[in-house]
Amino acid sequence: MRKLALSDEILMSIEKPARYIGGEYNSVMKDKEKIDIRFCMCFPDVYEIGMSHLGIQILYDMFNRREDTWCERVYSPWPDLDAVMREKNIPLFAMESQDNIKDFDFLGITLQYEMCYTNILQVLDLSQIPMKSENRKKGDPVVIGGGPCAYNPEPIADFFDIFYIGEGETVYDILLDLYKEYKHSDMSRREFLIKASNIPGLYVPCLYDVCYNEDGTIADFGPKYGNVPEKIVKQVVNDMSSAVYPENPIVPFMKVTQDRIVLEIMRGCIRGCRFCQAGMIYRPTRPKKVEVLKHYAEKMLASSGQEEISFSSLSSSDYESLYELTDCLIEKMNHEHVNISLPSLRIDAFSLDVMSKIQDVKKNSLTFAPEAGTQRLRNVINKGLTKEDILNGSLQAFLGGWNKVKLYFMMGLPTETYEDIEGIAELSEEITELYFANIPKEKRDGRVMVTASASYFVPKPFTPFQWASMLEPEEFVKRAYHVKDRFRAAKNHKSLKFQYHEADITILEGLLARGDRKLCDVIYDVYMSGQIFDAWTEYFHKENWENALSKHGIDIGFYTYRERSTDEILPWDFIDIGVTKEFMKREWERAKAEQVTPNCRQKCSGCGAAKFGGGVCFEAKN
Amino acid sequence: MKLRIKYSKLGNLRFIGHLDVMRYFQKTIRRAGLHVSYSKGYSPHQIISFAAPLAMCITSDGEYFDGEFEEISTSGEMIDALNQYGVEELKVSECVLLPDEAKNSMSVVAASDYMITFKALTEEESSGRMLEKENVTNIGNIETDDTASENAKHILECVADFHSQSEIVILKKTKKSEKEENIKPGILKIAVKDNGIYMLLSTGSTYNLKPELVMEALCQYAGISYNFFDFHIHRIETYMEDENGDLMPLYKAGRNF
Ligand code: SF4
Repeated sequence: MRKLALSDEILMSIEKPARYIGGEYNSVMKDKEKIDIRFCMCFPDVYEIGMSHLGIQILYDMFNRREDTWCERVYSPWPDLDAVMREKNIPLFAMESQDNIKDFDFLGITLQYEMCYTNILQVLDLSQIPMKSENRKKGDPVVIGGGPCAYNPEPIADFFDIFYIGEGETVYDILLDLYKEYKHSDMSRREFLIKASNIPGLYVPCLYDVCYNEDGTIADFGPKYGNVPEKIVKQVVNDMSSAVYPENPIVPFMKVTQDRIVLEIMRGCIRGCRFCQAGMIYRPTRPKKVEVLKHYAEKMLASSGQEEISFSSLSSSDYESLYELTDCLIEKMNHEHVNISLPSLRIDAFSLDVMSKIQDVKKNSLTFAPEAGTQRLRNVINKGLTKEDILNGSLQAFLGGWNKVKLYFMMGLPTETYEDIEGIAELSEEITELYFANIPKEKRDGRVMVTASASYFVPKPFTPFQWASMLEPEEFVKRAYHVKDRFRAAKNHKSLKFQYHEADITILEGLLARGDRKLCDVIYDVYMSGQIFDAWTEYFHKENWENALSKHGIDIGFYTYRERSTDEILPWDFIDIGVTKEFMKREWERAKAEQVTPNCRQKCSGCGAAKFGGGVCFEAKN
Repeated sequence: MKLRIKYSKLGNLRFIGHLDVMRYFQKTIRRAGLHVSYSKGYSPHQIISFAAPLAMCITSDGEYFDGEFEEISTSGEMIDALNQYGVEELKVSECVLLPDEAKNSMSVVAASDYMITFKALTEEESSGRMLEKENVTNIGNIETDDTASENAKHILECVADFHSQSEIVILKKTKKSEKEENIKPGILKIAVKDNGIYMLLSTGSTYNLKPELVMEALCQYAGISYNFFDFHIHRIETYMEDENGDLMPLYKAGRNF
């Protein structure tokens, strides 16, 4: 029997012990004696969230293909177990072997959202690994971070030995081979890190120095030594179809957020919405071949026994063989009882047809993401969706039997006026009008319902809005009330609903997203004051952040409300994502001039990502 | 065709809940490529139902579910398929074809038997406890272990007298009230066996008696404070009544095919 790190008493005293016992079907067990490298992958949030993440499954599978490596998993212990582990001084352990993480060679942490930063410290601290890189010695695990937040790693630079910039499928083998050399020789940790920093895509923060101007902006940023590269170039998988993909995904016992097979159909997005970081950092767009996807769907459904499959991509409607793929899956659905859960598609005759085949139209709602209330503002953000698209789509949907529509908006976008946000209410009302005008009384089945929800816009690094100012939370709330009043006053108010996001957490997300190294001490103090699980409203305590910020004399407005000059050195400027700063500046100017930029398939805008030599940039030439 | 499947729930999987076990078998049936029947509608689900749920932390060799199947091969093949595509701690041991008129397992359960072992008397302690001890420097440990095994031996000595009482009354706490209850009729058998306690108890909708409640009463009788974690509880089998009113394991209601 596999040992357990926690006693029966502890497991029975906490919620959902299945979060910590491992042993799931398709999880990988190896013989420790035959292994050279122990790698632990961490998603710094609770098991149900972490297990739903595709990236970890890809890397877990990739590492375990190596005979000399055993990759295991760990997630943030929920506050109930966290307290017990602290009280009893129990070190954090990996799911599979239940061995202590401090005895591993690597701890790889995926960085999916800023509000998990205190959980990173929780994992390091509970593991009994020194929290700061400078205090780790040979024999301590190498702590490496990757994922979207690694594109501005500076606010958490002190806690990591290495950041992996780009897609994990590319240079890990080189790093692991270098690590073996280090482990079995007298190479020092410093020497190892310098060598690692010369592997493309790897950023070793302790080898770089930052100097600041008096106003707090960066005066200079660069390597401390001559043999350390100045720029870190993002790593890209060129041929997605031949990239590794987990054919045997782990099947959790307990219900997790994404309790289904996920098929990644395409990486990157052709659209170029100016607020969207993923749309920039994953350039160029690289679709997978439909035959490959069919093969994976078949394999993964069989090996997992899952009953549901969904697609992953930034914009599935832009996947050119979507028709063929969904047709093949609908076939499977009819024979093998596979449910298909579709991501939000652009609403047109095709997608409505597909959706009506796979779901109960009465129960499901149709989703649009106009993101902004007026055409003017949609032009600013380069969201190609027009009012006609939305109205036509809604009308077709109503005629097809749907009567619930969801609309997603952002508020606080650059150049936004009250007229723009009033547009949210007007557009929603217009959709209900359309229903009443076109669906005869006898055909109305239940009440038509249009739900609009507004999130609070956060400017992100590596977007044309990286220089923009973020709205102050008080103003966001004021605008939200204003829109809410409009909804209440609407003629069809009984068919309209408006929701908006929590402002307190989002403003901190804004701080961390564009922060610099000065924030490391803040995050450390916030954690030391007992704060974890910031992304969970019930555990988020604003005061912990306010206290740490004031202790370190940090003005949140400097990072969030201030519009930056395009000449300023940004904390993430040392990373080269392929898309050039010139392109970003051009897009920022075009945004302010309310000019739309065509998508990659309509016309290449020369963003710079063509230098990777693949994907959509070369489609026309094939 | 209606099948009844018997399985074990062992080892670390004593920490997964009843719903998780159901979800596990739904997926295992699909992986094994067995032709289970589905309900109709937009989100069809497998037509399977589980018998008496097992509390967490208790292991078992006598768990059951019934399922409606479109196509079947042989008992042996189906057992092998479920085990090949499953995990070791949830092993299938029987698969029988039920007569058409058979009632589902949930409603026929009448009794279960259990083996209770004392952690202080079995050499192998759970590794978690060992780990914890490594981290806590407590010299008093050895002494505590000695008392624990003496207590266990004392409890074993009390079993016969405990059972010979004319009534075994315990205080049953519900959300609203506390009331006294005589649990003796629910204890069909209780005896010392291999340094542990064997008990056969009423289970199911008519009268449901939990083994931990019997242990609590026994400890009280022996004058020793009750702690759930001092023992390990293992369910051996789940029973129903045959046409004569005698107990038989649930799988005997069907036949191999
Ligand atoms: S180089 Fe052109 S086609 Fe390629 S990603 Fe950039 S804009 Fe799109």
